[in-house]
Amino acid sequence: MSTYDARFRIWRGDADGGELTDYTVEVHDGEVVLDVVHRLQATQTPDLAVRWNCKAGKCGSCSAEINGRPRLLCMTRMSVFARDEVITVTPMRAFPVVRDLVTDVSFNYAKALEIPAFVPPAELGPGEYRMRQEDVERSQEFRKCIECFLCQDTCHVVRDHEENKEAFAGPRFLMRIAELDMHPLDAAEAAGTDRRRTAQEEHGLGYCNITKCCTEVCPESIRITDNALIPLKERVVDRKYDPLVWLGNTIRRRKT
Amino acid sequence: MATGTEPPTRHRAATGVRSAGRASVAARHLRTDRWWLSPAATAAGLLAFVAYSTWRAFANADYYAAPYVSPFYSPCLAENCVPMRGGPNWEVFGSWWGLSPALLILVFPLGFRLTCYYYRKAYYRGFWASPPACAVAEPHRTYTGETRLPLVLQNLHRYFFYAALPVAGILTYDTVLTFRNADYAWGHAGLGTLLFLVNIALIWAYTLSCHSCRHIVGGRLRHFSKHPVRYRLWTWTGRLNARHMLLAWSSLISVALCDLYVYLLATGTFDDPRFF
Repeated sequence: MSTYDARFRIWRGDADGGELTDYTVEVHDGEVVLDVVHRLQATQTPDLAVRWNCKAGKCGSCSAEINGRPRLLCMTRMSVFARDEVITVTPMRAFPVVRDLVTDVSFNYAKALEIPAFVPPAELGPGEYRMRQEDVERSQEFRKCIECFLCQDTCHVVRDHEENKEAFAGPRFLMRIAELDMHPLDAAEAAGTDRRRTAQEEHGLGYCNITKCCTEVCPESIRITDNALIPLKERVVDRKYDPLVWLGNTIRRRKT
Repeated sequence: MATGTEPPTRHRAATGVRSAGRASVAARHLRTDRWWLSPAATAAGLLAFVAYSTWRAFANADYYAAPYVSPFYSPCLAENCVPMRGGPNWEVFGSWWGLSPALLILVFPLGFRLTCYYYRKAYYRGFWASPPACAVAEPHRTYTGETRLPLVLQNLHRYFFYAALPVAGILTYDTVLTFRNADYAWGHAGLGTLLFLVNIALIWAYTLSCHSCRHIVGGRLRHFSKHPVRYRLWTWTGRLNARHMLLAWSSLISVALCDLYVYLLATGTFDDPRFF
């Protein structure tokens, strides 16, 4: 097993200010960036704050930016970097920083609360839900989300425009709306909730200009843009911008 | 050793990644890869096509060399078109139209590509830097996306998709006509025939891989199991859709190449090699 010394620049500070601080730290074969951050904590800077949990890319805790790219610390192998490269690690830059690599991601939880939950069908009781695989597989792709919020972090709508945070739910939660709108048993419409209309009017789908950064950074390889956001935009077009669909729906309603 | 990165306070109020409360890093991005290469190449490619197609669309000449008609001029909807035997001469605009007839028809494929979800990404990144690349701060002070005019009109994409279908059908007809020779006898083919065949295959693949098409054939359904045929169609368009970017570029290049080929034949620069 070989070892070498890697050069790191890690952002240290809090909401009042901070700086990139240089470290040289030993790296072993097969390690990921989170391993190196832990070695730093153990050997040089025990007060370095980093949020982590599973070290397996499934909890979504260790989101940060490595060389300027939103990534999970635990899923970024050291072997992808040249040995003489200086590796820069910062907290996610779209959210308020708490300390060092830890950010306050409560924006996302506030947005999650704004999305109306799954509405159970009135005619079915618990245990009576039956769904065909082909009907539910679109939603299942979106259920792979580990809520690391890297897509929220990289989305320029809020990353580059703090003022848009109020109006824009972000890709993770627009994907949640798409998941529910495609769900074969969701009864929101019957209960008076028009998910397509609210996606556009209340959750800011129109802000998305489908530049696919959310898809690029997703550690679960969910095709957020192609499979959730664009289909949701098309569903909104059905509802808001397509007079032919409107005419067809009106005629159908009159017939029934 | 520390490298100072206090947030900048001069000029205008800090916003975006420099907003108050966020980690104070002065640089607008910390990416070390060649993030600029993709938007630069995209912008260069699109600009090259725009320049070429503008020249050809306004040229109003050298767009027919029997049996080939340039896809930029098909169908030809004005009276000032070159007569194309058996070809797409439909003079619905009569004699009052004095400009290049290409302008009448190109508005549809142009609108289709301009509102296409892939091209939107390409030019938002390449030309408007919104954003230039992922996690690279954009230069604009405000951003409203596609919530208001003119960008809310991107929602018209599906209408351009509807219009693109007959255009693709007419280009298919033109491709069938290439199985003639210069004397209009059937049962012949040349290098141009091959080029037109590749082009029409790419045009159809691009058109059918469109996100609006994917939605219309089945994506709008909630219960695929009740619509097995549409589900199958949705699956097929989904497979094509995964290659939408590749098809967008390859069909853009092939359509320009077909036009260039016709131009070279029409100007006598090149003779069409005949296979049979």
